[in-house]
Amino acid sequence: MKLVAGVFVVLLAATHVGAASSAAVGIEKFKFTPPALTVPVGTTVTWINHDEETHTITSANGAFGSTGLGLDDTFAQTFTRPGRYEYFCALHPHMKAIVIVK
Amino acid sequence: MDRIDRRGFMECMAWAGTGLVWVATGGVLSSRVIAPAAAAEAKPGSFSFVQISDTHIGFKGQANGDSTATLQQAVDRINALQPAPAFVLHTGDQTHGQKAGAFDTVAEILKSVKTERIFYVPGEHDVFLDGGKEYLGRYGAGTVNGRGWQSFDYQGTHFVGLVNVLKYKGEGMGALGEEQIEWLAKDVGALGSSTPIVVFSHVPLWAVYPQWGWTTEDAERALGHLRRFGSVTVLNGHIHQVLQKVEGTVTFHTAMSTAFPQPAPGSAPAPGPMKIPEAEARRMIGVTDVRYVPGQHPLAVVDSTLG
Repeated sequence: MKLVAGVFVVLLAATHVGAASSAAVGIEKFKFTPPALTVPVGTTVTWINHDEETHTITSANGAFGSTGLGLDDTFAQTFTRPGRYEYFCALHPHMKAIVIVK
Repeated sequence: MDRIDRRGFMECMAWAGTGLVWVATGGVLSSRVIAPAAAAEAKPGSFSFVQISDTHIGFKGQANGDSTATLQQAVDRINALQPAPAFVLHTGDQTHGQKAGAFDTVAEILKSVKTERIFYVPGEHDVFLDGGKEYLGRYGAGTVNGRGWQSFDYQGTHFVGLVNVLKYKGEGMGALGEEQIEWLAKDVGALGSSTPIVVFSHVPLWAVYPQWGWTTEDAERALGHLRRFGSVTVLNGHIHQVLQKVEGTVTFHTAMSTAFPQPAPGSAPAPGPMKIPEAEARRMIGVTDVRYVPGQHPLAVVDSTLG
């Protein structure tokens, strides 16, 4: 439900330039959902960890990164420039995903 | 001749509960349940040491609401051993995600272990935030170039501690790296082939379940330098369950965590802490006691649970 709400806000923001927007990515069973998220410039993306295992949000090029997130911990990052932001979990590097900022 | 038969390849799934002695003779693994008194029997020249692993201080979940308390229980278990272990090996993941203060908590609890010394190798949870800076600051002294790997001899047995979590690769596998493998080749190069070898590291040095990253990608190259020895025991952690395999003269063994169990390979959609009641989890966490007896080449490995 959170995810649906997040996407809805993003769509609104896309049509109202300048309005702050937000989006959410869930972490569950060692997967980022959605694995590819497209958002407009200025969007704040919030990750929530639903696993008891610790995970991280670690940018592949070092642009951003969280510390270890425990169960229900969150991490937020605002994307101010367009680009393709690949990230992974530093503890489980097979967990990969991307934020595309347009 | 007859190399395939003599290799005696075996793989044993996790067993919960009482201690088992694993004895490998001529590459074939056999086991028997032991009474506690049998473990205590000491022969001249024999010694024992303990492996603890994956203490994950800072972890809190359904399977364990207090990983500090279960570590303390494990220490009590170690301190009840007769005779006392010569030393203790901690095979990594002292902390759960390098939580602030966790290294201090581990050090404080392990101060009360009745043994001469504790040797450490890091787990990925101990180094992922800062590339090992804090860990090596605490435990790098006395290791090769302060990098965390090391070797030592105890009563004729050669022990090697390897680091395979500082070069985590794309698919989450452990890796040793060229420099460490070259060092290993030199380290064991002058030893006679009858020297018993014990290797310990965090991530298994065999392909337990690569899909979950439970393997070390360049382990085979390291093991190549050890195949000529008559007895090699490889002790690992990371997967929070007891698994064993024998390949020729090499016995691989993984230890339980003192904090929480993980699912058997492939039995769940993903690895991670099992969500089970604490009482059930207590029967799946614990410590490992390893005994060397002169004249009996393979080391006896005894796993005991906290519950």
